[in-house]
Amino acid sequence: MTTRFKGLFANYDRAGFFCEMFGGDDDRAAHTDAIRDRMRNMKVSTLQRRTQSSDRELYNLGITFTVYSDRDAIDRVLPFDVIPRVLSREDWSHIERGCIQRVAALNRFLHDVYHEQHILNDGTVPAELVLRNSNFRPEMKGIDLPHGTYVSICGIDLVRDGQGVFRVLEDNARTPSGVSYVVENRHLMMRAFPDLTGNVGLRQVSSYGMHLQAALAEIAPPSATDPNVVLMSPGVFNSAYFEHVFLAREMGVPLVEGRDLVVEDDCVFMKTTGGLRRVDVVYRRVDDAFLDPEQFNPKSMLGVRGLFRAYRAGNVSLANAVGTGVADDKAVYAYMPRIVRYYLDEEPILQNVDTHLCREREGLAYTLAHLDELVVKPVGESGGYGIVVGPKSTRAELDECRARIEEDPANYISQPVIDLSVCPTLIDGAIEPRHVDLRPYIVTGKESWVLPGGLTRVALRKGSLVVNSSQGGGTKDTWVLE
Amino acid sequence: MGRYMERAENLARILDVNETFARDEQGANDWLPILKLHRDEEAFFERHKEATSENVVRFYILDSENPNSIIYSVKAARENARSIRHLISLETWAQLNVYCNWVSSLTARNLRLSELSRLCGRIKEGVQLHSGIVAGTLYRDQVWSFYRLGVFTELADQITRLVDIKYHALLPSWQDVGSPVDIAQWNALLRSVSAYHGYRRVFPARMTPTTVAGFILLSPRFPRSLTHCVTNIEKTLDELLTNEDLANITFPRDSLETLKELTGRSPDDVVRGGLHEYLDEVQVALLALGAQMAATFFYAD
Repeated sequence: MTTRFKGLFANYDRAGFFCEMFGGDDDRAAHTDAIRDRMRNMKVSTLQRRTQSSDRELYNLGITFTVYSDRDAIDRVLPFDVIPRVLSREDWSHIERGCIQRVAALNRFLHDVYHEQHILNDGTVPAELVLRNSNFRPEMKGIDLPHGTYVSICGIDLVRDGQGVFRVLEDNARTPSGVSYVVENRHLMMRAFPDLTGNVGLRQVSSYGMHLQAALAEIAPPSATDPNVVLMSPGVFNSAYFEHVFLAREMGVPLVEGRDLVVEDDCVFMKTTGGLRRVDVVYRRVDDAFLDPEQFNPKSMLGVRGLFRAYRAGNVSLANAVGTGVADDKAVYAYMPRIVRYYLDEEPILQNVDTHLCREREGLAYTLAHLDELVVKPVGESGGYGIVVGPKSTRAELDECRARIEEDPANYISQPVIDLSVCPTLIDGAIEPRHVDLRPYIVTGKESWVLPGGLTRVALRKGSLVVNSSQGGGTKDTWVLE
Repeated sequence: MGRYMERAENLARILDVNETFARDEQGANDWLPILKLHRDEEAFFERHKEATSENVVRFYILDSENPNSIIYSVKAARENARSIRHLISLETWAQLNVYCNWVSSLTARNLRLSELSRLCGRIKEGVQLHSGIVAGTLYRDQVWSFYRLGVFTELADQITRLVDIKYHALLPSWQDVGSPVDIAQWNALLRSVSAYHGYRRVFPARMTPTTVAGFILLSPRFPRSLTHCVTNIEKTLDELLTNEDLANITFPRDSLETLKELTGRSPDDVVRGGLHEYLDEVQVALLALGAQMAATFFYAD
């Protein structure tokens, strides 16, 4: 199989997995021909040198996330792999349509559960799954949002299985992060690899800020002419602060913290050197619980007192809306195909990964019987925490997992191990396959727009399927071809 | 951000000029005035037994617990920049970030006296590069005005401190006009603030305490002088207050008027009335002005 790889990729072996650069058993990924041709003549040492200078540039530009220890704040660069992940026009068009469909269903679902609750009343989705969910916000009942848009910014995590089929792994409908890396990775690639990026028909990603700003202006209260949008950050100590700065700059809007905002007569104002200025839309990167000490966590120092009152009165819009967390719950996820059919009367374009709900009797029985073959996930966690990968776990780990599930079945789901696709990745001077996923970003105001590309995360540890940055993951530039 | 960067540059200048002094026969005593200047004796002697050049230099360059150190100032400038990063240019941020990483990487080896002058030179250069990038890239709105207000307030503060320290150091020889030691020291002072050349152009043949202190503090053409700073503070404030967003703001001008009166005096008047007392008055007025600016623009209801 390796004989057809030449030059740079001479020793590359996709190890039986579906490869983003070389395809699978029945698919030779013809769309990457031109790019492979260009890379073939590059030396590994060239890639290494350019990687080093890219890392230095990321550090110098402060494109970092912050890790806090007891004494110091350490700025870390998210590892960046210079070999791009390339998507064909056809694959992208499929993903794009699928994501738009999914976001439409999420928004319809959220509107319903915070209004008439048809989907719960007729039993399509179990009512307690929603109503007893810790992310369900009863305060949101009856509030009408412009265009019914609850999820203005959505990140949908996709994986590609052994046959090259894209499947949804999870929806991120609260505050999906990482989009700044998509844009910065591209800028980095354009500078470091002018010989690779030129004339291959690469779709641009730098218009994200403009699209986001336009969408946020669309969801402003109808009374606002020339809406004032602000980005609300928890502050410089937040590990994603770089991204907040990035987005504020790209959108050309003020970056504020809770203490910069004030609510008077149910309207939100921003403190400026010249006095108060009205705010119409808040893109908040602060969790629901910390948004408004008057309504939610009274200890919150990050929030704005009275913000929810202003929101309820329709005098300010929030992106994303309060209470969207109920839709990206891992248990609700299992119902997404049904949710899509229910509201849109269409078949889902993007399939879920098969999911067993331990809250259901059959699901629990199946999970416990096949624990060593399945991936078990706690429902409420994010960042890859608490995940147990059956085939890679010891006997003791599986026993412990079993005990946890039996204690609180409703908190767990299980899925088959997906042979995540791989991508050639530069590892210690060799090109090796490493598993990747993909997070496209969908921006919705009146309508939805999908950033062409999205964040490709790569599990840098050999054999690892966990791509999260907190667990040894890195990123790649994602190319969508015209 | 601007203030902290200027503070780092001025610290480098002070260390540099003092190192030049220490090279004369006078010995280790010479480092004490720097500690007095910043009212740091207590903090310093908690950590060090003796005010040796090594200890003082380390205290002012590398000690990140000392709020008057270069590393503290640069890190603070960077943290300030981080919080206004959406308002400054990418180049400003990148340079400051690289500069901060460099300063953080300095070790005791870099502080050897033989290297100190070169090191101070590089520290200064980093700040000058910063100022140049800001001047060349910052969008001219309120942010620019506040940046300039910060820079000029800091410069005014530092130049008065610097002249004050030399006043203390030179006190015994104040009347000893024209002795070789005296001239060497005034010379060093002029050079430390990049004023030597300008001074020579105005006073080709003379060097007296009054003309030197007068030039450094009061020359409207010397860009680090008190007069130049006060003029620019006024200009910047006037521009800022004509901004339509700030139409409702009233700014009390009394401290500014005091500063203008103080910088309107002649060098002879200043020296006759007591240089140290004069500098004290300037410091008090500068502090009051800073407090008024903060109260008017940032903590108003």
